[in-house]
Amino acid sequence: MAEMDTSSSGGKGKKHGGTKSKKQSTRVDMTPMVDLGFLLITFFMLTTTMSKPKTMDLIMPKDTENEKDQNKVKESTALTILLGKDNRVYYYEGLAQDPNASANPDFFKATSFANTGGIRDEIIKKRDEVAKLRNAKGEPEDVVVIIKADDQANYKNFVDILDEMAINRIQRYATVDISDQDKKWIQSTEAANGVSTTPTPPAK
Amino acid sequence: MPKVKMPRKSTNIDMTAMCDVAFLLLTFFMLATKFKPDEPVTVVTPSSINTTLLPDSDVLLFTVDKDGRVFFSMDGQPKRRKLIEDLNTQYKLGLDEKEMKNFVVGASVGAQIKDLKQYLSLSEEQRKTAGLDKGIPTDSANGELGAWIDYGNAAQGTNLNKVKYCIKADNQTPYPKIKEILDTFKKKKIQKLNLVTNLEEAPKGTAAWEEQQAGGKKK
Repeated sequence: MAEMDTSSSGGKGKKHGGTKSKKQSTRVDMTPMVDLGFLLITFFMLTTTMSKPKTMDLIMPKDTENEKDQNKVKESTALTILLGKDNRVYYYEGLAQDPNASANPDFFKATSFANTGGIRDEIIKKRDEVAKLRNAKGEPEDVVVIIKADDQANYKNFVDILDEMAINRIQRYATVDISDQDKKWIQSTEAANGVSTTPTPPAK
Repeated sequence: MPKVKMPRKSTNIDMTAMCDVAFLLLTFFMLATKFKPDEPVTVVTPSSINTTLLPDSDVLLFTVDKDGRVFFSMDGQPKRRKLIEDLNTQYKLGLDEKEMKNFVVGASVGAQIKDLKQYLSLSEEQRKTAGLDKGIPTDSANGELGAWIDYGNAAQGTNLNKVKYCIKADNQTPYPKIKEILDTFKKKKIQKLNLVTNLEEAPKGTAAWEEQQAGGKKK
């Protein structure tokens, strides 16, 4: 652009062929200013839309004292997920109401929040398994995920696991207080795994 | 080719008009941008795939930092004024006009109600150095959090059913603290809560991702 300017003014000068003193234009090149203006606009536009935080709906159940009002979960459709410290996740199938359930060494398993081979794969596996089951009316069963967070868990784990429910479109899940039995299992699993920070891959 | 007499047109365009427009837009966006209100603590929220936007108004926001301190904030200056006046009369805090004003225009507060007078008389930096940013107590024995919810509700006036209860907690907040807060809400018979999160993409190959893809194609 700058070149063009000089050539045109130079041409003019040659045509007239007269005085050599250049006529200084009063015009200022506005281009850089406009550039700057639009750059700032872009910045403000992008920052305004991007800083909007999102929310996750969380609907808590009502406290029901009446035993009859409480939903019963079938052992076969349940998947219990425990959140431990250092972003560790433990899970087992069913509700573990049977105290002898832990006799099976494969019963209580550890996993992680990893994208592959983590808790998500287990949720999907269980969901698809349960979808094959039929209830008394012959309709497919829904998986029920029971979430229990240990005292060592943090808020991120809690949101992450709720997010997994949203990601995998699990319709029925509940957050339940952790039981002493679950705590014991977590402790023994941690002890068995030593202090290694890398969670053991899920036993397939 | 012989030189055709072509009137040499200048390639310069008058940029003034464009410049005007650019700066008009710039001014608009600068004024329209609502800057994040100063928060007493920095909170890094976890991310989720939810795309629901946090509403701008009718929000009771409870910020929880990584040590589990709870801070309360609410939008709308008239509502904030009503809240602090109610608190003042109910708890006989003896706040003066300046301290109330401090609450009305200020950001989040997080102190025990009995410390409110001292808390509000100080500036934000002073609060930090004086160690008054202790957060609202949430334990069930003297659950002042419940009181804040009640007074927040009372200040909403007629549009109580529009109010959203948002919890903005840090990644590292210990779960028992969150549970205490959730239990407080449960006791107040508030079942619908909003957790403030950042947006993240739904991971590929999952149910939510497929839904998004299908939804995108329809549009």
